[in-house]
Amino acid sequence: MNGPEEWEGYDYREPCPPHHDGPGEPPGAAPGPPTARPRIPSPRAAAEDRGPLPDAPENAAPDRGPAPADAAPPRTPAAPGDAARPGGGRPGDGRPELPHRVLTSLLGAWALAACSPEETAAVEAHLTDCAPCADEALRLRDAVGLLHPADSLDLDPLLRSRVLEGCLGRRPARIPVPEWAAPYDAETAKLDALLRDMGDAEWRAPVRLRWFDGEQPVHRETTAAGVLGHLLAVDGLVATALGLPDPLGDAAPTGRAGPGARTRALWRTVGEAPRTPALHRPWREQSHTLIRTAAFAGGGVGDLAVPYGPVQLPLRDAFLDRAFGCWLHAGDIADAVAYPHEGPAADHLHSLVDLAARLLPRALAHLRQSGLAAPPRQLVAAGAPGRTLHLEIEGDGGGHWYIALDSPAAVGSPEHTVAHLALDGEEFCQLAAGHIVPDEAAAGSDGEREAIRDVLYATASLSRL
Amino acid sequence: MQQRLARGEAAALGELYDRFASLVHSLAHRVLGDEDAADRVTREVFGYIWENPDAYDPKQGSLRSWVATLTQRQAVHRLRQTEAALAGDGGQEAAPAEVERKIRDASTAARADYIVTSMPAPLRDALELAYFQRRDYRQTAADLGVTADEARRRLRLGLQLLSTAHHQKPPSDGPGAGNGGPR
Repeated sequence: MNGPEEWEGYDYREPCPPHHDGPGEPPGAAPGPPTARPRIPSPRAAAEDRGPLPDAPENAAPDRGPAPADAAPPRTPAAPGDAARPGGGRPGDGRPELPHRVLTSLLGAWALAACSPEETAAVEAHLTDCAPCADEALRLRDAVGLLHPADSLDLDPLLRSRVLEGCLGRRPARIPVPEWAAPYDAETAKLDALLRDMGDAEWRAPVRLRWFDGEQPVHRETTAAGVLGHLLAVDGLVATALGLPDPLGDAAPTGRAGPGARTRALWRTVGEAPRTPALHRPWREQSHTLIRTAAFAGGGVGDLAVPYGPVQLPLRDAFLDRAFGCWLHAGDIADAVAYPHEGPAADHLHSLVDLAARLLPRALAHLRQSGLAAPPRQLVAAGAPGRTLHLEIEGDGGGHWYIALDSPAAVGSPEHTVAHLALDGEEFCQLAAGHIVPDEAAAGSDGEREAIRDVLYATASLSRL
Repeated sequence: MQQRLARGEAAALGELYDRFASLVHSLAHRVLGDEDAADRVTREVFGYIWENPDAYDPKQGSLRSWVATLTQRQAVHRLRQTEAALAGDGGQEAAPAEVERKIRDASTAARADYIVTSMPAPLRDALELAYFQRRDYRQTAADLGVTADEARRRLRLGLQLLSTAHHQKPPSDGPGAGNGGPR
């Protein structure tokens, strides 16, 4: 391998010297003395900092500058000067060739088979000749073998609760997360995992937000990023009730702005169809802070009133409402980017259905005031049992609820049941989200048809922007 | 975070999980090659941290690298156990050298994963385009909006970082290793 015609094959116009077998040939076979090892930057110690990039060794090496055209090239690759200076170039020998500096810089691309054929040939010719480069080339090619597709394998969303339960079994928390905040904790964690998997383009995915205004389905177009903005703005109602900063800042509407007004205020500042992940971090920080604050405040804070526009909810219910919103809108985002998204755990789903069932008498009264539901059949004293609809929710997390039909102040009672309505838990939640029109809900029913119709419409009317 | 864990804040435990679960699970999965075993190591690692919040010494490096080290140690420990159990069951004694090679390869693969997830994003993005998307370095440069020189530099530097996964010793698994660690 010492004939001059072989190592003069540097000229990239003369690809592949005949003796060379391509990248499969161990570069260790290249001629040369024991090599000086190329300098390799050590791995970064701290993963979290994103400092300036470390410099490639080549950039740190002083440039030798162009060799004089008439300088005789070193005739053998064993020239000690070359081996000792991995950053050094091989002076031109009068033929057009890539300088050593460029060949070295190509090693990474070469190892990844990401060079042009001419460059590949030039690098490979060079490797037969330059031991330090050959040594590095071998290492880099081995490193390519360590590249692995990022685990597409999603973390099982149920693993989180199992791991946390296991931990808390080993050492109980001194400051636990209140039970009523657990669904919010779980649903925000699931949405966060989904958001982290999304590429930049997916944040622009169009989403149609749908709800039911009491009479008919309505919708509004936004993006995946816009949906997250909606969650951020509405979660902000809970944040401000707890004395935390309002995520809307100066853009917060004055007075008793509800979820819709707050969402529109946020969209006025970031646009109705934001296209970037910029809101991910503020949303996640706020959700973590909400959970933490609720945990510190302890159980007693569960009764704190959270204003939702004209109405208000106790904090414990507001957290359930936000868990419900988070789950449903995570579903909107997941659909838009064609990812799977699992529903809540059975006990959490039960709490969410329970909240909706408890809100139904008030929603019925509201429909009545708007003339959208039949007037009450009888007047019932507050706290007394009245005409009742038996709501049966099937599936995991389901159960039986008794909805007072005549007044929010009346008490539902099995003995006063006038109608029976049975729905699957998922179907009921989709109805409460306004994603299903009441007349099309797959429900089994029995008894007073008017009561059944009114409860289905009242359920759908729980939805809003 | 450490103080919050020490105080016994369940919310801090949740945040810890949200930050590191995918790292822990994927490293464990790389070593053990099994979903259930990776789940188990994930439970063990978080259980250990939650029970021993003071075991982390910020002077020794970032919380992330500590969590990765714990994970790798625990996953290798489980791999050894599995290998030993296999050898015990089958009666066919696996050659110790063979077991050691398997453990070394698994550790290298896990270290490589950690290096990839920890390297500066510009390097990782360049590798991603060139290797997984099969873009050549000029296309990679165009995709990233950088010069061809810079793309070559990032690819080379990224692989140089990655190649250090081969150099380090596999984590020791002796009884005295790093104050015990999860078991």
